Amino acid sequence: MSRTTRLSSSLLRAAAVTGVAALTLTACGSGSGSGSSSSGSGEVKVGLITKTDTNPFFVKMKEGAEKAAKESGAQLSTAAGKFDGDNAGQVTAIENMVAAGVKGILITPSDSKAIVPAIAKARAKGVLVIALDTPTEPQSAVDALFATDNLKAGELIGEYAKAAMKGKTAKIAALDLAPGVSVGVQRHDGFLKGFGATEKDVACAQDTGGDQAKGQTAMENCLQKEPDINVVYTINEPAALGAYTALKAKGREKDVLIVSVDGGCTGTQAVKDGKIAATSQQYPLKMAAEGVKAVVTYAKNGKKASGYTDTGVTLISDKAQDGVASKDTAYGLENCWG
Amino acid sequence: MTATTTPYSELKAPTTARRLLTAPTTGPLAALILACAFFSFSTDQFLTGGNFSLIVQQVMVVGTLAIGQTLIILTAGIDLSCGAVMAFGSIVIAKMAAEGSLPPLLAIALGLVVCGGFGLLNGLLVQKIPLPPFIVTLGMLNVAFALTHIYSAEQTVTNLPGPLTALGETFPMGHTDITYGSLVTIALFLLLAYALSNTGWGRHVYALGNSAEAARLNGIRTSRLTIGIYTVAGLLYGIAAVLLISRTGVGDPQAGQTDNLDSITAVVLGGTSLFGGRGSVLGTFIGVLIVGVFRNGLQLMGVASIYQTLITGVLVILAVTVDQLSRKKAR
Repeated sequence: MSRTTRLSSSLLRAAAVTGVAALTLTACGSGSGSGSSSSGSGEVKVGLITKTDTNPFFVKMKEGAEKAAKESGAQLSTAAGKFDGDNAGQVTAIENMVAAGVKGILITPSDSKAIVPAIAKARAKGVLVIALDTPTEPQSAVDALFATDNLKAGELIGEYAKAAMKGKTAKIAALDLAPGVSVGVQRHDGFLKGFGATEKDVACAQDTGGDQAKGQTAMENCLQKEPDINVVYTINEPAALGAYTALKAKGREKDVLIVSVDGGCTGTQAVKDGKIAATSQQYPLKMAAEGVKAVVTYAKNGKKASGYTDTGVTLISDKAQDGVASKDTAYGLENCWG
Repeated sequence: MTATTTPYSELKAPTTARRLLTAPTTGPLAALILACAFFSFSTDQFLTGGNFSLIVQQVMVVGTLAIGQTLIILTAGIDLSCGAVMAFGSIVIAKMAAEGSLPPLLAIALGLVVCGGFGLLNGLLVQKIPLPPFIVTLGMLNVAFALTHIYSAEQTVTNLPGPLTALGETFPMGHTDITYGSLVTIALFLLLAYALSNTGWGRHVYALGNSAEAARLNGIRTSRLTIGIYTVAGLLYGIAAVLLISRTGVGDPQAGQTDNLDSITAVVLGGTSLFGGRGSVLGTFIGVLIVGVFRNGLQLMGVASIYQTLITGVLVILAVTVDQLSRKKAR
């Protein structure tokens, strides 16, 4: 799923340049015959392939994997597609990691179907493949799946919105992800299920790609079409913040209920600030950490992880509703990512 | 140079050594060899037949696109639509064969015709109206991109019949497995390299790139030549579409989105001048390999992928700088 792409700070860029300079120096060193810094071959090698390098969700996922790798003495290498949907880039990354001799690969598939043949080739060579965050189609194409239950994440905010509306007639806008992307479809369906509504009750549905600017445009258009919208379901918090900006411009930010999914730090702060009523928080760090542990276990005793592991989801809101379990933003900010 | 100019008769013919040093592909080749040497020292897995086979296999799609891109850039044009045209071709082939029950070979032929048609259209618009290649192919990029997504309904096409992915299969050569697709790409590079350097057509392409007006006055039918070059490029994108399908095993509507820029990167890294008339497809092959070797080598070292982007960017700027400086010297 795509979330806002943030430009790295100039500090990070400076660090990157220094990195390359160091790399170049290493190159000179090796060229003159002093290349003795080859990595210890006893370490378990783990690969992590995300959809992109820049999305905060995946940055956090990488952090979780690095920490877990350090703790269990594994060697982590990472790769990513160039853009959300870059299947060929992920295929290349899988091949190179298999060539590098990884024991297992953790992958967040950009295209659930298109990646399947490449995963099959890696598994045929004895590499454990675990999908993180997004399932493959079919799910059995990988050994195991560590992910948020996206249907449940949607259901939680649906139930919350239902309780918060207290029987008022709802006019719903849905700011979705993109056609045919499973994560978006599951959250959307979950929301309707939790709200006790059907597709007919959605007054306006628009795709946002999970992008704040597109979320704002989508909300503006929805308000143009149906001025009396009072409940907004959003695929993630950047889309929710875009919707908030559009509503504020019309002076409607106080009487429209916005709910969302993700639990990023910016998003959770927006819940605390009262811009978003509630969000379902997911845990990318945990997905990655457990994935690394599973590969290390496989390397040690040959036991493969299997099936689906729910990495949990928590409803975060400061205005708790009767009959809907939630935690406040203090908890949310402690556990947020990004 | 002082005020007196050297008479023509006193100019020395360049020695073989000097010609090697100043050939546009020498710099790229040196860079490629250095990179290979570096990665051979820094990882155990780099210097193996299997890994080299893998690199060629990974660059075959962009490589084939880059042949067409080289031809167009040699005429001082540019093609921004190549990746999108290839993606459309691949979806046409995949859908026709998997869902439209067309025999695989006919589906491939149809894909080639579609891609060739896009090339022909590009050429006609560039030559007959005439419009700048940048604008024509920018428009065509969006047209092909949209058609891909409309026709595929955003769905990945799976369960392709065997013959469609045959080029992705391997045969053993010593201890190494080689994909048939790699051979196709290498054969195309050799074929076009021969055509450019050893045929009248090739000399006309360079003449056109150096000065379209001079070429026309010399009796070259520049209009037909230009349209032909764009059409040949389109056909090459069609072949790239077949290679893409064979490599990933699916018809993917998201494919090729950065391939236009990746192919231009390969052409520039290979020492072909963006101003036309100077360069070669063998240089482009080296350029494609440089990108592939860095991506593979850095991954084997465990370096994060964002550095591949960073290094490629630096290399491109270096390559263009070298081109500019050598032009200045040549003047």
